[in-house]
Amino acid sequence: MMTIRFTDDHEWARDDDGIITVGITDFAQQQLGEVVYVELPDIDRVVAVGEEVAVVESVKAAGEVKSPVSGTVVAVNEDLNDSPELVNDDPSGNGWFYKISPSGPDELNALMDETAYEAMVSALA
Amino acid sequence: MPRADDFSQRHIGSNAPQLEKMLSALGLDSLDDIVDATVPASIRSERPFKLPEALDENRLNKLAREIASENKLAISMIGLGYYGTVTPPVIRRNVMENPDWYTAYTPYQPEVSQARLEVLITFQQMIMDLTGMELANASLLDEATAAAEAMMVANRVGKNTSNIFLVDSGCLPQTIAVIKTRAEPMGIDVRVGDIEELAAQEEAFGALLQYPCANGNIEDYRNVVSELRTKQTMVIMAADLLALTLLMPPGEIGADIAVGTTQRFGVPMGFGGPHAAYFATHEKHKRAIPGRLIGVSVDSNGNPAYRMALQTREQHIRRDKATSNICTAQVLLAVMATLYAQYHGPDGLSRIAKSVNRLTRALADQLQSLGFEIVHTSFFDTLMIRAPGRAKTLVDKAENARYNLRLIDDDHIGISIDETITRDKVEGLLEVFAGATAKRVSGVAFDKDLTASIPGSLVRRSSFLAHENFHRYRSETEFMRYLRRTAAKDITLARSMIPLGSCTMKLNAASEMETISNPRFAHIHPFAPEKHTIGYKRIINRLHSMLCEITGFSGFTFQPNAGSQGEYAGLLCIRAWHHSRQQSHRNVCLIPSSAHGTNPASAVMAGMKVVVVQCDEDGNIDLDDFRAKATQHGDNLAATMVTYPSTHGVFEEKIREVCDIVHENGGQVYMDGANMNAMVCLVRPAEIGADVMHLNLHKTFAIPHGGGGPGMGPIGVGEHLVPFLPDHPVVSCNNNGSSPLGTVSAAPWGSPLILPISWAYMRLLGTHGMKRSTQVAILNANYIAHRLDPHYPVVYRGSKGYVAHECIINIMPIKEACGVTVEDIAKRLIDYGYHAPTMSWPVAESMMIEPTESESLAEIDRFCDAMISIRAEIAEIESGAQALENSVLRNAPHAYHLLVSDDWSYPYSRERAFFPSTDTRDNKFWPPVGRVDNVYGDKNLVCSCPAVSEYDDEAA
Repeated sequence: MMTIRFTDDHEWARDDDGIITVGITDFAQQQLGEVVYVELPDIDRVVAVGEEVAVVESVKAAGEVKSPVSGTVVAVNEDLNDSPELVNDDPSGNGWFYKISPSGPDELNALMDETAYEAMVSALA
Repeated sequence: MPRADDFSQRHIGSNAPQLEKMLSALGLDSLDDIVDATVPASIRSERPFKLPEALDENRLNKLAREIASENKLAISMIGLGYYGTVTPPVIRRNVMENPDWYTAYTPYQPEVSQARLEVLITFQQMIMDLTGMELANASLLDEATAAAEAMMVANRVGKNTSNIFLVDSGCLPQTIAVIKTRAEPMGIDVRVGDIEELAAQEEAFGALLQYPCANGNIEDYRNVVSELRTKQTMVIMAADLLALTLLMPPGEIGADIAVGTTQRFGVPMGFGGPHAAYFATHEKHKRAIPGRLIGVSVDSNGNPAYRMALQTREQHIRRDKATSNICTAQVLLAVMATLYAQYHGPDGLSRIAKSVNRLTRALADQLQSLGFEIVHTSFFDTLMIRAPGRAKTLVDKAENARYNLRLIDDDHIGISIDETITRDKVEGLLEVFAGATAKRVSGVAFDKDLTASIPGSLVRRSSFLAHENFHRYRSETEFMRYLRRTAAKDITLARSMIPLGSCTMKLNAASEMETISNPRFAHIHPFAPEKHTIGYKRIINRLHSMLCEITGFSGFTFQPNAGSQGEYAGLLCIRAWHHSRQQSHRNVCLIPSSAHGTNPASAVMAGMKVVVVQCDEDGNIDLDDFRAKATQHGDNLAATMVTYPSTHGVFEEKIREVCDIVHENGGQVYMDGANMNAMVCLVRPAEIGADVMHLNLHKTFAIPHGGGGPGMGPIGVGEHLVPFLPDHPVVSCNNNGSSPLGTVSAAPWGSPLILPISWAYMRLLGTHGMKRSTQVAILNANYIAHRLDPHYPVVYRGSKGYVAHECIINIMPIKEACGVTVEDIAKRLIDYGYHAPTMSWPVAESMMIEPTESESLAEIDRFCDAMISIRAEIAEIESGAQALENSVLRNAPHAYHLLVSDDWSYPYSRERAFFPSTDTRDNKFWPPVGRVDNVYGDKNLVCSCPAVSEYDDEAA
């Protein structure tokens, strides 16, 4: 069962059999412009929901990527170190940031689903 | 009728008929009308402004010389981070005294800043070479704040989680004071002592070492550095650049960060500043570096071009999460120091260092024969002499013979030698010491074999300054031409108006500038005896009372070296006041979303929590949101930071209410003085509710921007805050003789050498001239708004439809209609010979235009004509006549070499590209590069001088 959810801060979180992959949305990457740098968390870092875990920078903007759930970082996308442009090219696929093993009860379902997120974004435009 | 010699007529760009023409275009009759239309009556000061009568230039120059003569020139051997130096006349005449260099703005527009950027990257190369580090920034404000910044970097990136920071007692006293002040609000525990003992006892995240020590000793730090590193303590070395030509550099000793001053590379002591500090570290910490970093990128034609790199670290983007609040650098001083190194080259610098060291050894040798004990056997240029019980007497005797020495304590004297000290002077000093003994000096043997004073194991073996840039320009002819052709790459006030909103690029008049060349201002050590600095004190006192009169405040401190430093000092002052009233829990700072990025960054440094207040559609503070947040945080409210007139260039009517709300909730009002140029001699900030305010003397009071520094950000405070102004550990500068706040800069009065510029400005204009300047600044902005509005909508106006001293035009409708961006317009302006206005701040896709009072109607019209002509070029894209992607806008600026290129592939003529207006035919700025690729530069960070072959390849 694959669930995808969205935060108010334009992160997406996808549940693949209990491991949650996190990235930023297409809308977020468009707002940032061409990404030149991504700072990723250390593996095994324990994070709380809403904690700033990664940083994404373009030439004129910077944003923090927060964790949509509490848990432990189990993987990071090393490809972003050399090819940060993956965030622009494929934000919901190869441009993922990190994977997290959730520690608490289900925090994912409290977030927006795709329809709700799209409604939020179109209200911003 | 104004007098014929009324200087305000020189300072203000337009004459009376031109002013009338602008007024009538706006439907107004007089300058008083424009004030009535823009400045709400409720905020205008009713009390007359009483400043000294205006002087003409001759009388001003005479008075400046008289005051300077009250400073006594002595042979300065005090040391402690400030040394005599010889500014090569070719640099003084062609750079320090040349408006091509000192009137430039910060290099945010790289295409019109290649000159400064090229020298600054050479600065970075020089620092990297001398310190043996991998990466250096483009300067910080002074050595003490650079050390404090280094502490914060160590705190951020260091792996050791302790909150302890170690400081060796050999560090400069002013550095230790600034470190302690910076550490306290951050919860950092500073331990000062012998570094070897501290390293053995403490777990710390960082440690600061001075190299050589303040007392002259060259410590071999290698063991303690490796011990600290095994504990993951970050090692910071504050190192003397001249000494590093002979000493093993910090990078080879194992330091993580090196900091220091470049003052002794040809920049006058100036009673403490301005000077450029340096900051160098390893590549891996590049994103934690504070301040500006210059990098190499490519332009639209694929040629190398310089730009400011990794700006996302900085306060204007990162705000409260920035690496530092620093905004201004010390560009003019960094440029001078770099040129000094280029002038001398590595061999010349080594020769100076060896000669300084040899004289120091000869002095030590003779003092020993006279029976004095030299405490340290390892030294570069500074001796610590033991003279039990006699130190004060000897220092006094020396002073009578014109030598200023350092009295360390009752038993010890410090003597420092620099490049200005000759054999004669050393002999004279020896006579003083001999006079205190029964012995006589018998022919100082300067040339005899003297014992080495630099330990063999610490002698520098690595080469430095190998790059061509340090070898090419040794003849003065070559050097002069290098400076001339480099300067031609920049747009400065010497070429055209720089209409940067919020930056106040006004005239820096020659008579004002002349004060800084006077040796009696230039060659004064900050810790010189009080009776030697009477002229400086007179300038500072006069400036103090004039600024109090203008602002309504009770006291000022001149210590902060930039607006951002003023903010930090002002918030610390507020914090100390709350603490004194047992209100130390107050830590919330309300900041409007439209504030300068330095505001939230400074608040964080002062240990405050930033709460953002929304702005309404007109750019004003949303009063309901403000009141709600002030009440919500009432018990913890420390301060608010507001800019007035607002960052949107409007006199907000509700400013008094904003101040009242803060006061009712127990907080204090910090006013950002960036826009003071709209208020001088009309509005007193203290009367509308401000408790603290900084003034950017480099904006409103005529100190030049120097291409990105120096700056001066003195703060004025209400009477209740006067006891909390900063002090200094070596020379007290606070009337109380102490301060709970501490110290924010290396020198007691910040950068005193440039204070006479502001003093001269105020004396030349007087009340009438300054008031008229404010009026004309407002008139000019409104005239521009009036001319541009039919072409670009002017957004944000006051209740009567007028702007303050700057106006914002909205480019968003154009972008939405045809894709042309604010950047396209900014770059196309370069083809017309103009520096762009402030871009996309405080509003996205906008331009903020501030003409100042110094620009004439003719120049303002030329600028408006250029903008209107560009609007017609945009219309061609809107109508589909030109495709955006290959348009004259998108391809701007057009680098000069395209003019003669064989393959001109653009769908418009060369004439259109290069000569878009008749003015450009007479006076053309030739862009040295095309549009600089920002993304490439940040992805491929290179911060050292490119090898010369890279240019040769281009030429081939």
